[in-house]
Order: sequence, then structure tokens, then C-alpha cells
Amino acid sequence: MTAAPDTAAPSDRNEGMQYLESLPRRLVTLYLPLAILLFVLLFPFYWMVVTSFKPDNELYDYAHFSPFWVAHPTLEHINKLLFETSYPDWMINTVIISVSSTFISLFSSVCAAYAIERLRYKGSQYVGMAIFLAYLVPPSILFIPLVAVVFRLGLFDSDWALILTYPTFLVPFCTWLLMGYFRTIPYELEECALIDGASRLQILLKITLPLAVPGLISAGIFAFTLSWNEFIYALTFISSSENKTVPVGAITELVEGDVYHWGSLMAAALLGSVPVVVLYSFFVEYYVSSLTGAVKE
Amino acid sequence: MAVETHRLVQPGRRAGWAFHDSRHRLGALFMLPAAAILLVFLAYPLGLGFWLGLTDTKIGEAGRFIGLGNFISLAHDTVFWLVVFNTMFYTVVASIVKFALGLYLALLLNERLPFKSLLRAVVLLPFVVPTVLSAIAFWWIYDSQFSIISWVLIRLGLIHRYIDFLGEPWNARWAVIAANIWRGIPFVAITLLAGLQTISPSLYEAATLDGASAWQRFRHITLPMLTPIIAVVMTFSVLLTFTDFQLIYTITRGGPINATHLMATLSFQRAITGGYLGEGAAIADAMVPFLLAAILFSYFGLQRRRWQQGSRD
Repeated sequence: MTAAPDTAAPSDRNEGMQYLESLPRRLVTLYLPLAILLFVLLFPFYWMVVTSFKPDNELYDYAHFSPFWVAHPTLEHINKLLFETSYPDWMINTVIISVSSTFISLFSSVCAAYAIERLRYKGSQYVGMAIFLAYLVPPSILFIPLVAVVFRLGLFDSDWALILTYPTFLVPFCTWLLMGYFRTIPYELEECALIDGASRLQILLKITLPLAVPGLISAGIFAFTLSWNEFIYALTFISSSENKTVPVGAITELVEGDVYHWGSLMAAALLGSVPVVVLYSFFVEYYVSSLTGAVKE
Repeated sequence: MAVETHRLVQPGRRAGWAFHDSRHRLGALFMLPAAAILLVFLAYPLGLGFWLGLTDTKIGEAGRFIGLGNFISLAHDTVFWLVVFNTMFYTVVASIVKFALGLYLALLLNERLPFKSLLRAVVLLPFVVPTVLSAIAFWWIYDSQFSIISWVLIRLGLIHRYIDFLGEPWNARWAVIAANIWRGIPFVAITLLAGLQTISPSLYEAATLDGASAWQRFRHITLPMLTPIIAVVMTFSVLLTFTDFQLIYTITRGGPINATHLMATLSFQRAITGGYLGEGAAIADAMVPFLLAAILFSYFGLQRRRWQQGSRD
């Protein structure tokens, strides 16, 4: 009696109402549109890869070579990028800036989120609301006054200009995400520790943070990709070539006059995307949970 | 016994007192790093932005207060009004298409599929890859001489000449909108998919038993259950589209003849390239009312959720 519903329930959940749909019908209503959408979403990446490995004579000759395939793959473009331009410098800058701003943001967000959610000091709910509003302030309306601030602080054209300004969009995001995460950790755990005589700092370090590790990873991964992608601040606050980040360097330095070297441009786009994509592929679940978590709250 | 209870109570009470006493101070201490960053690099610049909009500041030259001068000259500036039109057009078209296709993709991914989590990971790629870098790929796809789209269409016999994607105003508008849609679909799809997964399958089963058609199930179960999350997702989507900078800067730089300039790119051009910080700040300020409207829209979307759930919070 008890076993029967147990075995029935999971199979019912798996099947759902799928038995109502035949294979040909699913092919037309599901697989075909999905395939078309996936093709459109992935084609630019395929095109990026194909172009970066094509020699120049193939690149501009659609009559003799099929544009969709590489007849004689070459590393010429990547070679040029790595040894004849400042690309390696941009890469190093981007890594330094993304990692530092991510860690600064995570540290301040953990403290802030813990204070707002758990210390519940006077006015903390208003601060929580203000953090959410700060999250909605777009960089496009901040970059002009920020340039003045960066100038006055003597940070213009240095890594610090970006390391300190990226947290303006990372801190609100991470704090908001971590507030949601801290809320899911039972308060009783902290109460027990408090009764046992633990200090607030001990509670945060030994109980709350270990339990919040998945939330920290989510916030960290997302913050890292956001800083890697950032463009408008990096374009505005950095002027010398060797201090640029990958996105800015690729678009401002690799284009010489009217001649576009599509091979090396595509190689630059490809190489600049690989680190984020690799990181993303390791932490897909965390990435998705921070993306959806930020919207759901 | 008496001694022991006494000893047990004392530290507890002391901890309680210390807790109450220091809570606000400790809270302030914990808030310090975040507050410092946000006050110096967000709140202050936000205020400074409004002030700059009221001055004639140029790069390397302190400005003086000119009241609404910048706004008055913008009101007589045909380029500004063209850019406002471009921005509205770009935002409205791109947001609607992103929403429709994103919802469609979310519904498809919510079906029973093989390799579902892999598919979901792959779908999100356009959102993960740095916008500027994928925009460079679009720039190349839209090339006037070597566009792969033109090549395929010619081979299929649908057109006879290469399309000048970025050289003609309306072509360029549609081209950048297409690139924006491409990048935005994954965000809408994955977040709506998360919403779809919270809808209980038993609702659909009950509706099917009552004879509801697929459209009726979508209209009367999926859509109402999804409304709150749609409100939030679309607010973010509209905000990001309206303030878009990277795609335009990479693909067209606002050209041809300002046809694709958005408010963000125009304010960059006037403030940083042209050096007129005050005027650029005024254009950025002009974006604020639109952004506030989008935020209010989201706020009322959230209100509706609370009302639906019967919460008084």
C-alpha cells in the first residue's frame, strides 16, 4: 500500500503530460524552433572562431574558399596579437582589475549584508532599500561625474581608477544577493552560538560564512564576469595603451584607420572571451543562481 | 544548584546586554567599507552629475553655473531629439522582441528535453561573453563587403547586391537592434525559465482534465503565475537597453548621420570626445526620468505580487 504511491509518484512527475504529445509533433513544435534559436545564438561564436584561424587570403576570398570552413588553419592572427600588440598587457590588467574589484566588493558586501540582515541595526531596512536602488543606477549616467572624481583623486589612467569604481555596481549587486542568501540560514544557529558565548565576529566567520559559501561563489563568479565585461568606465578612465583592459584595447588599438584586420580582431575577441567562458563552464549552476537570485528577490 | 543557575544566567545576561548595546555600533562598523565605496563613488558622483548638468564645465576647465542653459540648448538641438527618438525606438523594439523570444525560448527549455542543463548553459553564452567582444563579431558579420549574411542570401538567390548594413540609417538601426536582441534573449529566457520551474505541474494537469487547451493553459496559468517575475526581468531589460553604450560604440559609433546614436553614446561623445562635460552630463540627466518610470513600473509589478499572495508586508 505504501510502496505503490512512492513508485508511482516519481514516474508521474517525470512523464507529466508528455504522453499526450507524439514525436512528430514534438519535432515541429519543440526541437525545430529550439534548433533555430540555438543556431542564431551560437553562430556569432562559430564565426569568431572560424575567422580567427583563417589566413588572410582565405578570409577575403569567398569565391575560392567556402566561408564556413577553414581550409588552411593558421595561428598567424593570434601570433600577431600576442607578440606585436599590447594584448598580453591588457589581459594582465583585466585579470588584476577583475580579481581585485571582485574581492573588494565581496568583502564589503559580506559585511554590509550581514549587518543589514543579522545585526538589524537601526534603519537597516532603509539601507537595504537604498542598496537595491543603487543597484539600478546605470554606469552610463555615472561615468561623466566619475571622471571628475577620478581626476581629483589622482587615479586617472591607473588600475586603481577601475578597481575602486567597479565596486559601484558590484557592491549593490553582491550585497543584495548575499542578503537573500543570509536570510535562508536559520537564525537559531546564531542564537545558539551567541548563548554559548561566541562573539559576533566568531559567529560570522565560523557559522554564517561557511554556510554561505555557495552564495559567496555565486556572487564572486558573477562579479568577476561583470568586471571582465565592463567597458564604459575602462574606456573613459584609462588613456595610455598599456593600461587598457581587453575590451577597450581590442576596440581602440587594433583598428588602424580604415583598415580592419578582421583576423586579429576576431582573435582578440576570441581570446578575451575564453577566460570568462571557461570560468563560467565550471560554475554554471552558481552563475545561473546568482542571475536568477538577483531578479527573484 | 542555586549557585549554578546563577552562574549560568549571568553570562547569558551579560551577552544579551552587550548584544543590545553594541549592535548598532557594530552594524555601523560592518557597513563602513560598503558605505565608503558607495558614498564616494556612487552617491557623490550622482549628485555631482546633476550639478555638472547645470554648469558649462569643460574638460580641464572649471565651469560656472548656467542654470538650465544646457537643457534649453538641447531642446533646440535637432540631433538631441533624433537621439531621443533613436533611444526610444531601440528600447521599445528590442525589449518587446527580447521578451517574446526569451519567453518562447524559456517555454521550450521548460519542456522535457535531453541534455537540458547543457542546453541551458549553452543558451546563456551570449550573455556571459563580454559584450564588446561579441559586438566586434557582429561588426564583422555586418561588414559591407564580406558580410556572411549577404553572401548566404545572394547564394540563395534572395538578393542581388550586398546589403549595406551599417551605411544606411534604417539598416543600421535594425542591425544594432538585432545585435542587442541577440545578447538580451538569454538573460530573459534563463530568468523566466527559473520562474517557470516554480509553477507546480499539478496546475497544468488539473487544467488539462478540465479540458483547457494549450493556449488556455498558457494564458490562464503560466502568464498570471509569471507576471511578477516578468515585471522585474523586463525592468532590468528595459534599463539595460535604454542605457546601452557598448554595442553602439563598437558597431556604429552612432553613425551613419547619427542614426544609431543613443543618449548614452551621445553624452559620451559630447562630454569625453568633445570635452563639454556639462552638456554631456545634461544629456545623462535627461535619461533619469525614463529610468525612474521603468523602476516605478517594476515597483508596481512587485506590489501586485504581494496583493496576489494576500500578504500585508
